[in-house]
Amino acid sequence: MKICVLVKEVPDAAVQKRIDPATGRMDRSGEKNLNPYDTHAIEAAMQLKESGALPIEEIVAVSMGPESAVRALHKAVSLGADRSVHLTDAALAGSDVAATGYALAQTLKRENPDLVLLGQQSDDGECYTIGAVVADHLGMPSLTQVIKMDVEGGNSLRAERQAEYGYDTVQVSLPAVISVGDAINEPRYPSLKAIMGAKKKQLDTVSAADVAIDASKVGGDHSAAQWTGSKEPPKKAPGRIIEDEDTAQTVEQIVAWLDERKLI
Amino acid sequence: MPAERLLPSPEAEAILELARDVAQRELAPRAAAHEADGSFPRDIFTTLGELGFLGMPYPEEQGGGGQPYEIYLQALEEIGSAWASVGVGTSVHVMCCYPLATRGTAEQQERWLGDMLGGRLLGGYCLSEAQAGSDAAAMTTRAVRDGDGYRLNGTKAWVTHGGEADFYIVFARTSEDRSRGVSCFLVSADAAGLSALHPESKMGLKGSTTASMVFEDTFVAADHMIGAEGDGLPIALEALDSGRLGIAAVATGLAQAALDQAVTYAGERETFGKPIIEHQGLGFLLADMAAAVESSRATVLEAARRRDRGLPFGRQASIAKLVATDSAMKVTTDAVQVLGGYGYTTDFPAERYMREAKVMQIFEGTNQIQRMVIARKLAAAGR
Repeated sequence: MKICVLVKEVPDAAVQKRIDPATGRMDRSGEKNLNPYDTHAIEAAMQLKESGALPIEEIVAVSMGPESAVRALHKAVSLGADRSVHLTDAALAGSDVAATGYALAQTLKRENPDLVLLGQQSDDGECYTIGAVVADHLGMPSLTQVIKMDVEGGNSLRAERQAEYGYDTVQVSLPAVISVGDAINEPRYPSLKAIMGAKKKQLDTVSAADVAIDASKVGGDHSAAQWTGSKEPPKKAPGRIIEDEDTAQTVEQIVAWLDERKLI
Repeated sequence: MPAERLLPSPEAEAILELARDVAQRELAPRAAAHEADGSFPRDIFTTLGELGFLGMPYPEEQGGGGQPYEIYLQALEEIGSAWASVGVGTSVHVMCCYPLATRGTAEQQERWLGDMLGGRLLGGYCLSEAQAGSDAAAMTTRAVRDGDGYRLNGTKAWVTHGGEADFYIVFARTSEDRSRGVSCFLVSADAAGLSALHPESKMGLKGSTTASMVFEDTFVAADHMIGAEGDGLPIALEALDSGRLGIAAVATGLAQAALDQAVTYAGERETFGKPIIEHQGLGFLLADMAAAVESSRATVLEAARRRDRGLPFGRQASIAKLVATDSAMKVTTDAVQVLGGYGYTTDFPAERYMREAKVMQIFEGTNQIQRMVIARKLAAAGR
């Protein structure tokens, strides 16, 4: 069996996110890193492989992005993926979620995976939707925000999804596309040896044409979602600070404040 | 604020990112508790070994990480920044691997080196004695030939990981010749006749056990001698040249941690209506601290790069050790000053940093010895 893990290069968590008003796209300059949510997806794949519950022969990291995304793929491989595929093409730049999902699905078709895993969100766009789009194009079931997975029988998974109140327990047959939440596991550290060996593992670079992507469906100009403008969110009113000069009085004031708002 | 580094490759950046992650997530949260109760965190060394940090500067063919000192020392700085005891322990362990990695026979390396570099066997370095610290050649521990091995007798002092290590690199006198009368042995911790005295009660680095090791008729097989008989002192001093670079890196990390804390505090604490960092008196103090940290790092990297290129680096190593540890003492003392009364309490790690810095001016060659080494090299170069 083969697991493909979708990974993305995103601006480092320490970088302030902003929209570039000239392009209407996120400013992705500065330090970049592997999307932290995707590290949980790689770890989930590794745990499935190591458990032996499914006969996983290969874990393949797949990414769409500019040349620099190779570093995210190297990190994915240092965390355990066996090889990686890099979809890169100028025609893809500026693709919205629907176009990106289509392009990734085209790339995945070539791999014919039994399971596709990805992080539940990217640390930059935070759309939470790419898994569902990919699944739709692949004609596979989609599960999102999964925080527990157990193999049931030879070809299905029993998964817990984080819901607004509690968990949904669902069973899904493979092949499937599953996005995982960060509560699913604690990703391992790559070892020095794995970091040094990452460059030696197979990395296939493919263009849009290589995976039969219809150029009229991708790229900024062909995306359905178009940026028209943005504005700063309204500033929050300053909170009220209660100085603790007399604790009994302070408590009274806090309780009164909560009571006014029917919070207690 | 992580140190800004110019690294030579994406792999080096990934290694430093890993070092920082492990240091901040695995080491930093545990440091205060171990430093308070003096317990030795053996499991941390297991983790560092599994990830490859304990054999970083040794060749991959031997089971090491194949990293240049330029990268190893910066990773060590990150470890030392999170927890100085573990930084020192890592440096000492790496030094303990040096004799076997550079002078061991293929058979000896095959037998032990992989486990040492992988951290499955933790090392202790038995060179100093109560009356032979700076003057290592004054040692009195003896190794007397006995059949197919040697009997060791004597007491080694100030042994990092003493009583906790799995093996010890031991230097003992095999003849009276002052410079060629010392030999190097690899001794298993469970050797009969080897025992650790009660650990020293120290003012800092309490999470790193320091003890005297007593050898009483301890039998060591001849195939545990590293290098030839009489090679011990040159091996010891060579290992120390590299080892003192490790200490310089740890001292730089410690100073960086103290600076970071002082800057954070000075940005939050307000007096006379503004953060104290905006008062020139405090601002200049912090600026001098930053200058000291960055100049320490520069001396460490200069020596490391010379070593990596196969150039002589003894003078630069001594300069790095001198500059970085004297700077660490100054920076950590000033960090306490910046935090004022809070800095003097155990609620903040500033006072601990100050206690930890002191010993770095003493061990791996006191800073007086470093000055002597530098002066001798200058005199030799002038001839």
